[in-house]
Amino acid sequence: MTVQTTDPLPGGGGPAEPGDAAADGTADDGPGRPARNGARRASASQARLVWWSFRRHKLAMAGAVVTVFFLLVVIFAEFLAPFSTSKLDSDYTYAPPQVPKFSFSEGLYVEGYAWEQDEDLRIHYTPDPEQKISLEFFVRGEEYELFGLIPMDRHLLGPSDPDAMVYLLGSDRVGRDQLSRLIHATRISLSVGLVGVVLAFALGVVLGGISGYFGGRTDTVIQRFIEFVMAVPTLPLWLGMTAAIPVEIGPVRRYFLISLILSLLAWTTLAREVRGRFLMLRQEDFVTSAWLDGASRKGVMFRHMLPSFTSHLIAALTLSIPGVILAETALSWLGLGMRPPVVSLGVLMNDATSVRVIDQAPWLLLPGLVVVVVVLALNFVGDGLRDAADPYRT
Amino acid sequence: MLGYLARRLLYVIPTLLAISVVVFLIINLPPGDFATSLVAYRRQQGIAVGPEEVEQIRAAYGLDEPIYVQYWYWISDLLFRFDLGVSFEFNRPVADMISERLPATLLLAAAALLFTWFFAFPIGIYAAVRQYSIGDYLATTIGFLGLATPNFLLALILMYLAYRWFEYVPAGICSPDWCDASWNLGKLLDALGHLWLPVVVLGTAGMAGLIRILRANLLDELRKPYVVAARARGVPERRLLVKYPLRVAMNPFISTVGWVLPGLFAGDIIVGQLLGLPTIGPLLLGALRQQDMYLAGSLIMVISVLTVIGTLISDLLLAWTDPRVRLGHGGSS
Amino acid sequence: MPEMSKNPTGVAAAEAAGDGSAAPPPLLEISGLRTHFTTREGVVKAVDGVDLAVGERRTVCVVGESGCGKSVTARSILGLVDRPGEITGGSILWRGGDRTSPVDLAKLDPHGEELRRIRGGEISMVFQEPMASLSPMYTIGDQLTETIRLHLPMTKAEAKDHAIAMLRKVGIPKPEQRFNAYSFQLSGGMCQRAMIAIALACGPGLLIADEPTTALDVTIQARILDLIASLQESSGMSVMFITHDLGVVAEIADEVVVMYLGTVVERGPVDEIFHDPKHPYTQALLDSVPAMGQGRGQRLRQIRGRVPHPSERAEGCPFHPRCDSAIAGVCDTTEPPETVFGPDRTARCVLYTPGLGTPGNVPGDTDPAEEREVPANG
Repeated sequence: MTVQTTDPLPGGGGPAEPGDAAADGTADDGPGRPARNGARRASASQARLVWWSFRRHKLAMAGAVVTVFFLLVVIFAEFLAPFSTSKLDSDYTYAPPQVPKFSFSEGLYVEGYAWEQDEDLRIHYTPDPEQKISLEFFVRGEEYELFGLIPMDRHLLGPSDPDAMVYLLGSDRVGRDQLSRLIHATRISLSVGLVGVVLAFALGVVLGGISGYFGGRTDTVIQRFIEFVMAVPTLPLWLGMTAAIPVEIGPVRRYFLISLILSLLAWTTLAREVRGRFLMLRQEDFVTSAWLDGASRKGVMFRHMLPSFTSHLIAALTLSIPGVILAETALSWLGLGMRPPVVSLGVLMNDATSVRVIDQAPWLLLPGLVVVVVVLALNFVGDGLRDAADPYRT
Repeated sequence: MLGYLARRLLYVIPTLLAISVVVFLIINLPPGDFATSLVAYRRQQGIAVGPEEVEQIRAAYGLDEPIYVQYWYWISDLLFRFDLGVSFEFNRPVADMISERLPATLLLAAAALLFTWFFAFPIGIYAAVRQYSIGDYLATTIGFLGLATPNFLLALILMYLAYRWFEYVPAGICSPDWCDASWNLGKLLDALGHLWLPVVVLGTAGMAGLIRILRANLLDELRKPYVVAARARGVPERRLLVKYPLRVAMNPFISTVGWVLPGLFAGDIIVGQLLGLPTIGPLLLGALRQQDMYLAGSLIMVISVLTVIGTLISDLLLAWTDPRVRLGHGGSS
Repeated sequence: MPEMSKNPTGVAAAEAAGDGSAAPPPLLEISGLRTHFTTREGVVKAVDGVDLAVGERRTVCVVGESGCGKSVTARSILGLVDRPGEITGGSILWRGGDRTSPVDLAKLDPHGEELRRIRGGEISMVFQEPMASLSPMYTIGDQLTETIRLHLPMTKAEAKDHAIAMLRKVGIPKPEQRFNAYSFQLSGGMCQRAMIAIALACGPGLLIADEPTTALDVTIQARILDLIASLQESSGMSVMFITHDLGVVAEIADEVVVMYLGTVVERGPVDEIFHDPKHPYTQALLDSVPAMGQGRGQRLRQIRGRVPHPSERAEGCPFHPRCDSAIAGVCDTTEPPETVFGPDRTARCVLYTPGLGTPGNVPGDTDPAEEREVPANG
């Protein structure tokens, strides 16, 4: 386990990697550069080297598998979810998860519920072997538009009878399917993380790049600004900003405003990372030679310098997604972020705010588990990428 | 040292000014102004407000003036009279509401901080000194899980466990006998008896990060040549650890003491909400949800000021403990 | 150590002791020392069967390229090898202090009190990076008086006086002011002087200097060497000096120990090593030193290849893949035994072993055809 090198701590920072490692990374950009290592390594592209190095990192590989899985969930949410987020059967509130069973006569099926009410008006469900709700793969169900374009009505798994409800992960307060809601919420929460980080990235790369490339007075001014932004207690401020978003605004605009506000969290660290790399690269021989070759300022920046630390940037990006996801979840849980009917993982968790509810329906905590798994996976991938970003460092 | 102090103090002023501008903008961000919000709110309550009354309010709060004049009214009231405005939901001065809740909040924050440090330090040091031991793997795992678990989820789980095992029922921070009493030792002890769950929840939330940072820093420091050099001149192991690497590994802690406070406030918003505590957090949350912007803005301002002061204190502490900062050499690593 | 055929140091010591009139047993006597690092990729034998001795008032230089185990040997003496390294065999007999019988440092608990007392008190060490070896959080004086009070029964005031005296002794100007300075306020040379002051403050019997001048400017290097030499003169301590710089060796050594890949390949008095090197590695090292006025217009000779990682050690003689005199079928199969040429004069090469190397096969005369048959490793 190589986890001891994985702290995004303030001030601690990463140890300065040897400068020539970054320069070596561009060996394939500069033809004629002598190969120092074995022929195989010397002729391999940067991406391939990073991949070789990344593959050795077991936790990171596991994280990558999990991440890819969740990305698929994000992309194919409507197809993977048996139902939409709003379909409900109010007869079954807080119904426990149903376990799929298989028999040769019935095929795949789940057992329906038998229920009784106790003196506290609390409903207790037990599986009823008499009722069998048959399940099918690629079943016809509610209509949706895949990617917002292709009209479809097939779902990966669902009840054969399109009007029936199945609760593979239990149901919520009003009898909606937790699994379907979870899948859609995962899409919202993860994509907010991505969009937020992309916005932060744009801001960070531009300001950090300018700062690191030009140095001197420009650098000082931008650095002072970043220090100031970092000194401002961000948390209460963005709480305030999200609260100031008008309630009646549409869900799409709200989504982007929230992403924008969350991106304000992440950009400073990214800007610092970019600046640090630029400052380091400015000393490198290949940048000097590009200068002497008469390459333009823009050319040096984008053709020579940026490509040589793409892998570092991707690592930094990956590591800043979890923070945004966690922030969105907390905000939505507090009722300040996404709002119903939009479901995000935080909105879902909002259903489970009292001990009594958790006692009755512990599956309502599942969205929290998804957050934990996603954040861990992204952290492992980010750490692995960061370690692999210097493939020539042995 | 004096020059450093002066520079650092000077830096606080523009920071606070800029924060106040942002806060004021947030207050004015929602559509409509204070008067329209108040009118809307009163109407919701079933109280009719006539147009001349609206005009009165506008005049009283200077809402007809340009925004920078309004800002000046707001900031000068705040600075010279400690007048933070009026909560229209509660129809009370914000300053009163804050001062009512501040003692319990600070008590909670202090207790949580002590709890965190009490456990995080030994665990972090142990994990670094016995790297790759079972204890280290355990601490690392806790650190990672803590990093990935949303605070509210942790709070929910701990609350649930407390309910199952100790039959803990959230009920404020004081027993009925003490609630009306003023703050004294008896009330303090009584409050601590009620506070243990929030303290555990808040403290646990901060612990994971602390363990990770301490472990990583200490591991870095333990590899430095000065550690071997000190050992080579016969410094006993325990003293060596505390005097040399630990001292340096503490630096990032000291420099982030200022950040502990907003972190605790963030936790307080969640925990206070879940457990129904009379602290600042739930008040802020309520104000934000109701768009009671004067109350919310003032609370944000107070938290920001506390943070900036905390950062200042931690910078000064760092200069005091680290000669490199004091004498203007190198970084803090 | 089953594969060790004999232990010449021990034999020599026993002979000397039996003789009575001969030199007293050495102050420090390392025999068959093994320090191994157990990693996930396998065991790295950083030090694998090292014998060496440091006599009273002698200066012994340990020479070799980077990665040959010099530093690990030095650190093993004081039990300073970091995990996962540990001493797995051999003995380190120390006869310093007021001891009647020698103590085996290799057997002491590295965290124990006995070894702690010896560190800095009886045996001191000076390191390669003076700046990094001083903690930036404390003044020079603090770290100096700490050492003094750890080993000598002195009050704070006495310790301070002694500390300032030591700083003066190592040639630090204005010692009263430097006493309150931090390492980052001093130059590298000054820091190394301070380190030497700390090392010598408690009057140790042996000073281990681990490349103390490598990180310094050339002019400062010479001054530090002079300082160590003069302090040795006045205090009568022994010095074990680790370096890769043969110029330094020539300047200060009484005896030389040449190391390659964790083993001692040759040792002997400095003059004999320089004028009559026995081992091909020593010869190659000496050939690679540029000399003034010599061989103008010629290319500097260098040893081909590079030191392999200790985990990629070749079979047989560790040097044979780079050796110009290697004999195929001999050097790559058997570990060369040690040949004793005289008191404290040994080499570990088959060329001097009758029956293994061709007698009279002086290095340099080897048939090139033979050489080519040796598979180059790495």
